[in-house]
Amino acid sequence: MHEMSICESIVSVIEQQAVAQSFSRVKRVRLEIGPLAGVELEALRFSYDVVTKGGIAEGSALEVIEMPVTAWCMPCAKPVTVRERYDPCPDCGSYQVQITGGDELRIRDMEVD
Amino acid sequence: MCTVCGCGAGEVKIEGGRSHRHDHAHDHEHDHHHHDHSHGPAHDHHDYGKGPAHAHAPGLSQARMIEIETDILAKNNEYAAANRAELARRGVLALNLVSSPGSGKTTLLVRTIEMMREEVPVAVIEGDQRTANDAERIRATGAPAIQVNTGKGCHLDGHMVGHALEGLKIRDGVLFIENVGNLVCPAGFDLGEAHKVVILSVTEGEDKPLKYPDMFHASDLMLLTKTDLLPHLDFDVERCMENARRINPKIRILRVSARTGEGMEDWLAWIRISREMNRIGRK
Repeated sequence: MHEMSICESIVSVIEQQAVAQSFSRVKRVRLEIGPLAGVELEALRFSYDVVTKGGIAEGSALEVIEMPVTAWCMPCAKPVTVRERYDPCPDCGSYQVQITGGDELRIRDMEVD
Repeated sequence: MCTVCGCGAGEVKIEGGRSHRHDHAHDHEHDHHHHDHSHGPAHDHHDYGKGPAHAHAPGLSQARMIEIETDILAKNNEYAAANRAELARRGVLALNLVSSPGSGKTTLLVRTIEMMREEVPVAVIEGDQRTANDAERIRATGAPAIQVNTGKGCHLDGHMVGHALEGLKIRDGVLFIENVGNLVCPAGFDLGEAHKVVILSVTEGEDKPLKYPDMFHASDLMLLTKTDLLPHLDFDVERCMENARRINPKIRILRVSARTGEGMEDWLAWIRISREMNRIGRK
């Protein structure tokens, strides 16, 4: 359910930018979201359509760039890619893995008129 | 309408002793937002002048692509930072208690308050979708409590807690924020607390840390509650603790029972030490 408030935050940022950068129509918004951000993409898309209705972003396309989960394996002393927080290192099997990225929840850019 | 909590929709209610609605929102030092409830999401009530939303590059109009690079939760994080500053100013340790519904948060809190009241001032912010029942249970102990009803919302956010904080006079004490019973959404919303404390009762599954990893990852302490019921259950405590540590190797785990008092002294000791740690370097 918090996807709704996330969408409201997105709309708020868009409206800030509309004033600051003088545009009146948003055609496309690109987000960067990591698998660990705790966001359900389907719910986000649904909420986005609802929340943007009647505003300058109504009808705009929402594109999501899915970011990888990156981690640092301490025994291997190198960066590795995992899928979940509790995954072991894909190379050595150790659980001494520190997550370094994958919780992104950002607006990267947007296309406007 | 408040884009963080949706409070403009009239769904969020903050109540309690010296509680207030949003007409009181401006009498504190960090006057960081401006409420105007007359219309929908098309307005802004947060001065982003110094905030990250202004981190765009002016004049970058090529192909009408606008680079934003803004954290979507930046606004909540600003409210949380303001709360953290206010809490530091007052010398208050804030703990954000998170769990599923029915884990025994309120019972544990009541017992904790009864044990702590003599040594330190305690206050509570209670988050629930509806009713003021929990705040009433806390007030029965004599501690001040403010109920926040989130209405349609599934979590407390920095903005709601900021308002609730205005209605509490606590200084040099401990503020417990009992979040909405939900192991998903509250993980992403910083309230300005010093620590998240996740509460898991032994009547739940030992795989909950794996099912809801974000919350266990975000928490510094896990309280395994209702341990007095263990003789009647097949709950595997070791397995549960192992699962929690797989998600978060740094998490500390205490077994407690508000009913028998098991583990309560350790929990109180953790709070005392956290208060000390929170104070060191602040003055």
